[in-house]
Amino acid sequence: MAYVLILGATSDVAIACAHEFAKHGYDCYLAGRDMAVLGDQAADLQIRHRVKAKAVAFDALQFEQHIAFYKSLDPQPEITVSVFGLLGNQAESEKNWTECKTVMDSNYTGAVSILNCVANEYETNGKGTIVGISSVAGERGRQSNYIYGSAKAGFTAYLSGLRNRLVSSGVHVVTVKPGFIYTRMTEGLKLPKPVTANPGHLGRAVFNAVKKRKNVIYVLPVWRLIMMIIRNIPEGIFKKLRL
Amino acid sequence: MKSIVSNWSNYPVREAEMVSLRKESEIEQLLQQGDVIARGLGRCYGDASLAQNIISTTQYNRILSFDSVTGVVECQSGVSLNEVLDIFVPRGWFLPVTPGTKFITVGGAVASDVHGKNHHSEGAFSNHVLSLEVYTPAFGAMYCSLVENPDLFQATCGGMGLTGIILKVKFKLKKIESAYIRQKQIKASNLSEVLDLFESHKSFTYSMAWIDCLKKGLHFGRSILIVGEHAKPAELNRIHPEKHLIPARKREVSMPFNLPSAVLNPFSIKAFNALYYAKNLKQTNENVVPYEGFFYPLDAILHWNRMYGKRGFLQYQFVIPLEAGKKGLTEILNRIGQKGMGSFLAVLKQFGKQESLISFPMEGYTLALDFPIRNGLFEFLDQLDEVVLGYGGRLYLSKDSRMKPEIFMNGYPGVKEFLQIVNRYNPDFKVKSDLSDRLLISKPSLKENPWRTY
Repeated sequence: MAYVLILGATSDVAIACAHEFAKHGYDCYLAGRDMAVLGDQAADLQIRHRVKAKAVAFDALQFEQHIAFYKSLDPQPEITVSVFGLLGNQAESEKNWTECKTVMDSNYTGAVSILNCVANEYETNGKGTIVGISSVAGERGRQSNYIYGSAKAGFTAYLSGLRNRLVSSGVHVVTVKPGFIYTRMTEGLKLPKPVTANPGHLGRAVFNAVKKRKNVIYVLPVWRLIMMIIRNIPEGIFKKLRL
Repeated sequence: MKSIVSNWSNYPVREAEMVSLRKESEIEQLLQQGDVIARGLGRCYGDASLAQNIISTTQYNRILSFDSVTGVVECQSGVSLNEVLDIFVPRGWFLPVTPGTKFITVGGAVASDVHGKNHHSEGAFSNHVLSLEVYTPAFGAMYCSLVENPDLFQATCGGMGLTGIILKVKFKLKKIESAYIRQKQIKASNLSEVLDLFESHKSFTYSMAWIDCLKKGLHFGRSILIVGEHAKPAELNRIHPEKHLIPARKREVSMPFNLPSAVLNPFSIKAFNALYYAKNLKQTNENVVPYEGFFYPLDAILHWNRMYGKRGFLQYQFVIPLEAGKKGLTEILNRIGQKGMGSFLAVLKQFGKQESLISFPMEGYTLALDFPIRNGLFEFLDQLDEVVLGYGGRLYLSKDSRMKPEIFMNGYPGVKEFLQIVNRYNPDFKVKSDLSDRLLISKPSLKENPWRTY
């Protein structure tokens, strides 16, 4: 069966996506840095879902290796899901350029670098689906996380442009804006239950979006409404809010 | 983040710092702070998995290997029995031992050395464990089995997580030909009848009995014995062969809120028990049922613990030796009946032989029952403990939240050796729980702990 490539496959969201695709018979490439964890994860997917799963070494920040990495995948994946990202520390990012750049590279530059390779291949083949896990944080910059937010805003714009470019060659691009999810990234935060989803919920939403060729999804529909309100608060008021 | 945590009986409740374990490399740091215990799905009833710092293993849940010829599976400790069943039953494999809920983790099954309806024929969970990987505070990650570091293995099976954090478990599944159980229910009109029935139905793989604790007089101890075997394909004539390993699923319902505690009173409980007993019209009933209804009747009601209201309940499970059997059970049931403290149906089971260091089961009879928490209950149970101890019995740690240390220390003959081994692998009690503190296992000074005289 066809392969799905999960980029940044150690996160809870990535694992949930891998399970959902494997459940539907897809073979998986699990790409990331921690090969020990990815190896265990691959074994788990193979046993649970009786699919093939391979751990492959990938570093989002090693831009120059991205083309070679993608070419090394044989067979090539029909679906690519880019999950990696880094929330970082806003206060630290304001003072420390290295931290700030790492956040931007992890959420934007690295994703653009690898997805450029994937997009070019898919365009040549005239098929394929690219999923980018962006964030609601990219919809409007807020003082509490605008470095992360601005990188995600860039990623969202990139995905939108990519979708526009590739539609004529039959390649589909899905933008996912998850909102709150119970994951390692949010462990320790008090999240409001009605607007927080489980990773499993996100995995199913991503799979459905791929199958139904949806363009932009929020995992819980209520987030579409929340973000519409947030986008429409006049800047004169918004700038005074403590968000 | 501080959160409010309690286990299945909603008692006791405590504030704790809970962090999820995701990979082995994180564990050293998680243990640094000390006063930490591993917790899976929180289905132990009391304080066994409560501490200042809790390592939640539910995200540590990879299945690492499976041999489809021998049925040997190795997994991380946070895999649940529910997952194991979902994955392996359709392939013709079943849990070697399962307790009355499938919502526990494999790590928890080892730490509590859980037993099931097949204890008399196939032993406890540890009987089917080939090896473990335990992260010990003293030496880091260690493999252990009956031959490699056997002391660590023996003190970890049933050791309530006190030797360290259980990371991986390798155990053997059991081959099945169908996901159905051929069960037989036999009514017993009193206690001696049901004890005789246990004896005469010993050859069945699975057996247990529901017993009415409140019935007095002639029908004192009336029960329904339930025995079963994994059904053979030939016994499933009504079911399509392709569906033999895929049972029909019942829908789960959930208890949405805590029931006011007045709903459960001696009258409502007596009425319930009478109905339960009367629902079997015939003396003997035989039928074929999906495994879930046979093993996990209560799992169909999610959050059934809320039935006991906000104050929670206690589950009391003890075992007494075979020879104390009828006399001991009679005395204990009489005391429960007199107090009118009893619960819905209680579960009676005959255990087979077990040789282990610190596990709960021993050859004899075990009775498990729920008590809604109310005034006078704790004092009553303290008296009951003495009676159990007097008959040479002991209490199940995974269900306990209140017994006194001397009841534990005197009920478990392996306790000294257990403490020595714990001391070897977890010398400063970085790993400890509210249970181990309460039972003085992890109280360091000799003065406080008269049993640590080694």
